[in-house]
Amino acid sequence: MLIKLVRLAHCRSGDKGNTSNISIIAYCPELYETIKTQLSAAKFKDFYSGVVNGTVTRYAIDELHMLNFVCEDALGGGVSRSLCLDNYGKSLSSRILSFEIDVANQLEPFLR
Amino acid sequence: MSIRIGSGSAWWGDRISPAKNNADRGCLDYLCFETMAEATVSAAQVRKRKDPTFPGYDTWLDDRMKAVLPGCIKQGTKIISNQGWINPNGAAERIVYWLQTLGFKGVKVAAVNGSLITDQVLQLTNSILETGEPTHSLTGKIVSAEAYLGAEPIVQALNQGAHIVVTGRVADPSLFAAPMMHEFGWQMDDFAHLGLANGIGHLMECGAQVTGGYFADPGFKDVPNPWDLAFPIAEVDENGSAIITKLSGTGGVVNDMTVKEQLLYEVHDPANYITPDVVVDFSTTRIEEVSKDRVLVSGISGKPRTPTLKVSIGCEEGFIGEDMFFYAGEGALKRAKLAEMILRERFKIVNLKAEELRIDYLGLNAIHGDMTPKTSQEPYEIAVRVAARTLNREEAMKIGREVDGMAVSGVGMTGKRVPHQDRTREIIGVWSSLVDRNKINSSINFYES
Repeated sequence: MLIKLVRLAHCRSGDKGNTSNISIIAYCPELYETIKTQLSAAKFKDFYSGVVNGTVTRYAIDELHMLNFVCEDALGGGVSRSLCLDNYGKSLSSRILSFEIDVANQLEPFLR
Repeated sequence: MSIRIGSGSAWWGDRISPAKNNADRGCLDYLCFETMAEATVSAAQVRKRKDPTFPGYDTWLDDRMKAVLPGCIKQGTKIISNQGWINPNGAAERIVYWLQTLGFKGVKVAAVNGSLITDQVLQLTNSILETGEPTHSLTGKIVSAEAYLGAEPIVQALNQGAHIVVTGRVADPSLFAAPMMHEFGWQMDDFAHLGLANGIGHLMECGAQVTGGYFADPGFKDVPNPWDLAFPIAEVDENGSAIITKLSGTGGVVNDMTVKEQLLYEVHDPANYITPDVVVDFSTTRIEEVSKDRVLVSGISGKPRTPTLKVSIGCEEGFIGEDMFFYAGEGALKRAKLAEMILRERFKIVNLKAEELRIDYLGLNAIHGDMTPKTSQEPYEIAVRVAARTLNREEAMKIGREVDGMAVSGVGMTGKRVPHQDRTREIIGVWSSLVDRNKINSSINFYES
């Protein structure tokens, strides 16, 4: 079944210059592998098309059930140059919560 | 042995009452203030040029110190703060003034200088990290350049008996790592402990972001009493672990989710987080909720520090002009689109020279821009927000002037603000570079109340 990521994980974005990093943290260990398998760096970049213009690199900390997507050229030149109202990109992470994950039926009890 | 380190601020504009609560009730050994964003120093330099009476340190220094000094002095809590901005000595003198005014005699205050390298930056650096261009290409535009100092000069000041240490640019985690290094005798080549110290510092430097701030999402992540968030406290054990917690009776929450979110905030490769003191390795972190609002963090490790320090170079890069106006009700989106068309024609007529122009519909696509999903539902109300980046202020002012024109010469049923507010601002663009750490000399000045 297709389920939005918002029911599987929470997230936070941070800025360094023109690079935004968006971490995705599974609500429970049981959901982590499903997310990791389906949310590649390429899919992530596709989902942020129009905002993230540069390379997306994915890092994982499996023991903590979290992924970190480092998105280059994502903040309109950086906080002081950006014409975006949210020039720090503090709200950028929320977009990924709409990403649909194919979740096995037996994992349903773990969803939020 | 363990020590208690509290957060006093996470940025310049942060709340002050949680710092006072930590000072009064936290039973702290140290209270640490982080008040500098990337462009803070450049903004301070610009202000100093316009207003020679600007003292050059945190504009909230008086309020923060008045709030926390009584509690800190009473409890024997030492203070470490980067409120010195471009004038650590002036900040130290001002803190001495408040100590004397409040009747606290014999308190030693240290000012750490040496981060400002504006005059030497072109000799000391080679290339801009973001672009690969030589730093010489910035000649004539540089407002400020600062090297990020590490914990060393703060530790030296503490070793020499300082009760309060105020600095210019210091890497944020180092403000919190310094007391651990001082108290536990962790040396500069003890990478494992320095990794832990800076890792815990990283969790603390953004204050309430680990105690339930920047976190609540109704129905998914609920936060109790979110109007009364506490700033965090770290109970650091000399064996290399720490409990992240907060004062009882305050709002917010400390749990494995808040700690995990903050763990990689502004971090790229978790195994290689470069600070002036050490390269932190977060990949081995263990996070365990031990009781309500108490999370045990361990396993953060470190690798040898790099031979360089990061330098931030603030440059004059022109101006941004910005304004907005509003539509609501039946046909709001159509009127907004007509208004945009009118403005784009007007910008041609007045020959707007913009490096970049952006017209958003706030309520539809202003925040997530081009990645906003398409929707057939029209919003009930919309703000048309116009922004342009220009090379001089005169061009930037055209944005507000043309939005003014929309009041009586625009579209029906246009809502508009009275143009009281400043609709232009100067851009201080920040670039990064690296400097040989041996070329940066910090110095410490001592004062006493």
